[in-house]
Amino acid sequence: MVQYAWLVPFLPLVAYVFLLVLGRKAAEGLVAGVSVILTAVSFVLSLFIFQAVGNNPHGNNTYVFHWLTVGNRVFDVGFQVTHLNALMLVVVTLVSTLVFLFSKGYMHKDDRFPVFYQYLNLFVFSMLALVISLNLLQLYIFWEMVGLCSYLLVGFWYFKPEAALAAKKSFIVTRIGDTGMFAGIVLLFLATGSFDYSTIFSAVAHGTLHIGWLSNNGVITLTALLIFAGAVGKSAQFPLHVWLPDAMEGPTPVSALIHAATMVAAGVYLVARTFPLFQASTGATTTVAWIGAITALMASLIALTQRDIKRVIAYSTMSQLGYMMMALGVGAYAYGIFHLMTHAFFKALLFLAAGSVIHAVDTQDLFEMGGLRKKMPVTTYTFLAGALALAGIVPFAGFWSKDDILSATLQSGHPVLYWFGLIAAFCTAFYIFRVFFLTFTGKPRVEEKYEHAHEGSWVMKLPLVVLAVFATIAGFFNSPVNHYGLERYLFADFASGTAGVVVKENVGLMAFSVAVGLLGILLAALMYWRPAFGGEKLSKALSIPYIISFRKFFFDEIYTFVIVGGGKVIAAIVDFVDRYIIDGIVSLLSWIGSVFGTMLKYTQDGQVQTYSAIAAFGVLIFIAIAVFTVGGVL
Amino acid sequence: MGAAPFPVPTGSLLALGALLFCIGLFGALTKRNLIIVLVSIELMLNAANINLVTFSRLGVAPSLSGQVFSLFTMTVAAAEIAVGLALLLALFRLRKTSEVKDLNIHKW
Repeated sequence: MVQYAWLVPFLPLVAYVFLLVLGRKAAEGLVAGVSVILTAVSFVLSLFIFQAVGNNPHGNNTYVFHWLTVGNRVFDVGFQVTHLNALMLVVVTLVSTLVFLFSKGYMHKDDRFPVFYQYLNLFVFSMLALVISLNLLQLYIFWEMVGLCSYLLVGFWYFKPEAALAAKKSFIVTRIGDTGMFAGIVLLFLATGSFDYSTIFSAVAHGTLHIGWLSNNGVITLTALLIFAGAVGKSAQFPLHVWLPDAMEGPTPVSALIHAATMVAAGVYLVARTFPLFQASTGATTTVAWIGAITALMASLIALTQRDIKRVIAYSTMSQLGYMMMALGVGAYAYGIFHLMTHAFFKALLFLAAGSVIHAVDTQDLFEMGGLRKKMPVTTYTFLAGALALAGIVPFAGFWSKDDILSATLQSGHPVLYWFGLIAAFCTAFYIFRVFFLTFTGKPRVEEKYEHAHEGSWVMKLPLVVLAVFATIAGFFNSPVNHYGLERYLFADFASGTAGVVVKENVGLMAFSVAVGLLGILLAALMYWRPAFGGEKLSKALSIPYIISFRKFFFDEIYTFVIVGGGKVIAAIVDFVDRYIIDGIVSLLSWIGSVFGTMLKYTQDGQVQTYSAIAAFGVLIFIAIAVFTVGGVL
Repeated sequence: MGAAPFPVPTGSLLALGALLFCIGLFGALTKRNLIIVLVSIELMLNAANINLVTFSRLGVAPSLSGQVFSLFTMTVAAAEIAVGLALLLALFRLRKTSEVKDLNIHKW
């Protein structure tokens, strides 16, 4: 079965080419139908592969094809289906299929409907190919391709200036990280002579990485940090997180698929894929853990005050990705991936539900919604399932994965990070239920928007329901119910049969984090559902923290000032040097020439007698020299 | 052809040549009228001729070649003055002047 894994990315590619041939006038039903069916086949295939890999953990999972030989270096392409890759295949194809279905309703009557599906298919192909890449070079190629698709899809409504700007921003900011990542990959290649994961990991294990004056440990830490830079950019971690909220200018299904479930998780996947490299360096893992924790906390604090429903969920995505990074940083490998999976389900659900709401009321401002529960019951209850999963309330999916991460952080001896995570968990519960209460409960704030609100057709409802089911039950994939099956499944990738921290069950900790989540929900309910005290008053009382959160910690302003301003200062300096120093030297030379020319022009008076006089005088000088030379004077 | 009864000393002949040359040069450089300038140039040519003739008497093997050479020079000088005067006439018809100073169309 595993040998057919190449079909999984290949089918979306077929769909892409097919849609390309169909052109821009193709019927919506045909376009969406082909996409959904082919991706669904990919999903079924992924399930079989997932099972096959699980049944035969030590079987051959690598398929190598010779690509080219340069000097004595051999470059291979191919695919590899580890347990981690198999899980990613299932998650990506499942979410993709559902998003494709949802988009049929959401993008209905868009002028470029077929183009949208082309881009989405290209994205799914790139993402799946990234996941089963054999080596880092191949991964990097598809890594850039998903970045390109993200750019195309964020800027899908390019006629909106904000969308065009956001697309540019997302591309450029992630490129900063990608540059570091590419440097890291090249360094690894220089140190080991190969892009292969297995070669690199065995070199790490034997401690034979060194380049010039860089020792083995130096190379490991440096390359791990550089590769992490790529992950930071892609997964929107602090300090390269600024692109993700802006990327919400894209269509909502794109946000659900790319900016919540799959592409942004690629950063986490990358760190997980190169986990042995990170584990070999304490400095790298500590950095990963801290960056993750800071992002988790900061993003959740920003999400508290945002007014745009999609931006709240976008910051929530950043925050959850921070959790995953933190998990990988403290060595909780399986729990980071577990959270990646559950998060993909419940966050895609939240985005699609938000998309359903936006589709219905045609606004993204939370304070223009309200009372939609009566008009949109399916959306309401599926959103509620996603919100409970995100808030980490037992028994929803987020509870199991988030609780594992928090326990692992504490049990691996990182109490400070644990508190970061716990505060972020409290904020998470608060902000997502703030969204829930503002959107679905209470009285409609804008009557005419409420009037024409309605539930979408079945293509929009079905994905919500399916994802809601997963958001509810996905946590049990790694719970006492199946003896932590997912954990054991993922650990099979490692020769030792285990990796990093394994959580010991602790009911007290679980109860504590659930209590924190419930407290957050309670506070949100008191402020927005049955207002015991108004949010207005509180935000006035806490005006300074409120403004800091509302203005997103001023990151955009700081970057504009420091990076853009700094760039402008450098440009001004360079401009000055070019304009006045380089050009000055050139002008000086021409000025000297001009001065001498002006002086000499007076010798050209057109008088033949002057010329002859000068010539005669010159001859005299020559004669004098000749005479003196012959006479021995000179 | 035997030696002259009172051979004029070479130094005097060369001095005469140099003197004529300098007079010619002075005239060519300073005279305002183009005709006088041409005359001065002839003077310089003839100074050169005197030198040629003088030196033909000297040397290991005195010969007539210097004198013959000066005859050629005179022929060339006659041709040259013919061209020069023709140019002068053409110029005079065109510009109504024979002043050297007025021939300055190549000024900067």
